[in-house]
Amino acid sequence: MDLSDRISKQVLTTKLDEIVKWARKHSLWPMPFGTACCAIELMAVLASRYDLARFGSEAIRFSPRQSDLMIVAGRVCNKMMPVLQRIYLQMPEPKWVIAMGACASSGGVFDTYSVIQGIDNFMPVDVYIPGCPPRPEAIIEAVLMIQEIIAKERQEI
Amino acid sequence: MAEKQTIELPVAAFRAMLLNFGPQHPATHGTLRIKMELDGEIITKATPYIGFLHSGFEKLGEHLDFNQYVTVADRMNYMSALNNDIAWHLAVEKLFAVEVPKRCQYIRVILAELSRISDHLVFLGTHALDLGAFTAFLWSFREREKLYDIFEMITGGRMTTSFTRAGGLWADMPKGFDDKVLEFCAQFPARLQEIEDLLTRNRIWIDRTKGIGVISGEEAVSYGLTGPCLRASGVVWDVRKAEPYSSYEDFDFEIPYGENGDVYDRYLVRLEEMRQSVRIAEQAVRNMPSGPVDVDQSKKIRLPPKQKVYTEMESLIHHFEFIMPGKGPKLPAGEVYVPTESPNGELGYYIVGDGKSKNAYRARTRPPSFVNYQAFSKMVEGRLVADAVAVLGSLNIIAAELDR
Ligand code: SF4
Repeated sequence: MDLSDRISKQVLTTKLDEIVKWARKHSLWPMPFGTACCAIELMAVLASRYDLARFGSEAIRFSPRQSDLMIVAGRVCNKMMPVLQRIYLQMPEPKWVIAMGACASSGGVFDTYSVIQGIDNFMPVDVYIPGCPPRPEAIIEAVLMIQEIIAKERQEI
Repeated sequence: MAEKQTIELPVAAFRAMLLNFGPQHPATHGTLRIKMELDGEIITKATPYIGFLHSGFEKLGEHLDFNQYVTVADRMNYMSALNNDIAWHLAVEKLFAVEVPKRCQYIRVILAELSRISDHLVFLGTHALDLGAFTAFLWSFREREKLYDIFEMITGGRMTTSFTRAGGLWADMPKGFDDKVLEFCAQFPARLQEIEDLLTRNRIWIDRTKGIGVISGEEAVSYGLTGPCLRASGVVWDVRKAEPYSSYEDFDFEIPYGENGDVYDRYLVRLEEMRQSVRIAEQAVRNMPSGPVDVDQSKKIRLPPKQKVYTEMESLIHHFEFIMPGKGPKLPAGEVYVPTESPNGELGYYIVGDGKSKNAYRARTRPPSFVNYQAFSKMVEGRLVADAVAVLGSLNIIAAELDR
């Protein structure tokens, strides 16, 4: 086998940002910010039947400094919002946010004096998941959508 | 030569260290915040701060009618939504002074017991996870998925079920439901045994839980603890036996209780409760009475059957009025309280009706988590920081139920 043959079999040429994006997208480290019912459904996604590990996102980190995907699962109340904002700021760039469920996206059934009517009033959100709580399939879909966003993003390396 | 100076360091003032635990911490199960004062690794004082998940449940109870509110009651203790549904509508039915047919009561019992199992399974999984045992989490969620399938089959939802209605249920059991429940009951005890084999006699598990967070029976009563936390201290009190509702008197089951009132006993009590729940559910399926699930139409608190709405004038009017805001059945004036045994303890709704509208004038909840949480400081003071996680897990505090 001559050299050029071997190279074409063993060496892949690509762009640096492409390969970084590829790696990022398949090794998301989610930080679950679970407050209420949706958090239980999120646990179901991580557990046996739905197994988010199949999509490379099972390395759950409860420390914002070690994660790049925040999943806000559950209603966020006035008293909790500053905490959420602060944790969001503590996450290193690049970072993405999923608002899971009706409450995080819009307040849901809790149209009351104490619940934030959609966390996007106070912080950026990339993907919203409708449902109360969303089905596990929907959560997986949202993670896949985040992967798409990462693939399309322009990033300076 | 300058004189040597000694500086007095205020040592005592430096000794206490403040540790802020939560509100965002994997072991706080949502949104609890505890301020701990530490002396080395010993907790000298623990002050819980609550209200991070206050969502205005009780206010919503005044703005939604007695059937609509069940959707919100669901989301209070979301690990066992059906217990909340049943508790709410039992209170509403008491205010209306109606009793639902036996068949409805039995179906409610099946659902309440399955939902108790699903609650205890989350307890088991997350409690073990907090203490570093990962497999138990995966295994208990595998069992929970089977329960989700059963709930989905009958209610249409996995978690937030909203299944009961005043004077009945949203629907009767679907075909094949009873077989599915029996199938689950047949295989579950063996699966539970597998999980138990991982933990109950595990040296690490015993070290982390035995003799931790002890509370005596007397203290437990004086703190108002209920449910497994009370029974683990040796006080045999269960609303299902003491004040049977929904035909619990028809079933043969035991109330498991512990001796030491520590984290280990609370774990054992919950395990045994799951086995008893299986027994009750099996009995209810096997002895299921026939007949309607809703109270008869003369009471006018249940929607008329669709068939009648299409064919009879009066039923059509009744249906129409029932749905219209400001019309339909009004909650009678008066106040009621109905306690039920939810997986965490006594869950009761206190409703005041004013006789003028479908909404309650006041819809107060007696949440077990809120009352049980009081004992937390008592249980952890003088113990190590790591024990706080074990104690918190063993109380199984649901933040949404705590803060409402
Ligand atoms: S969206 Fe529904 S399930 Fe999710 S936290 Fe809100 S009420 Fe609970």
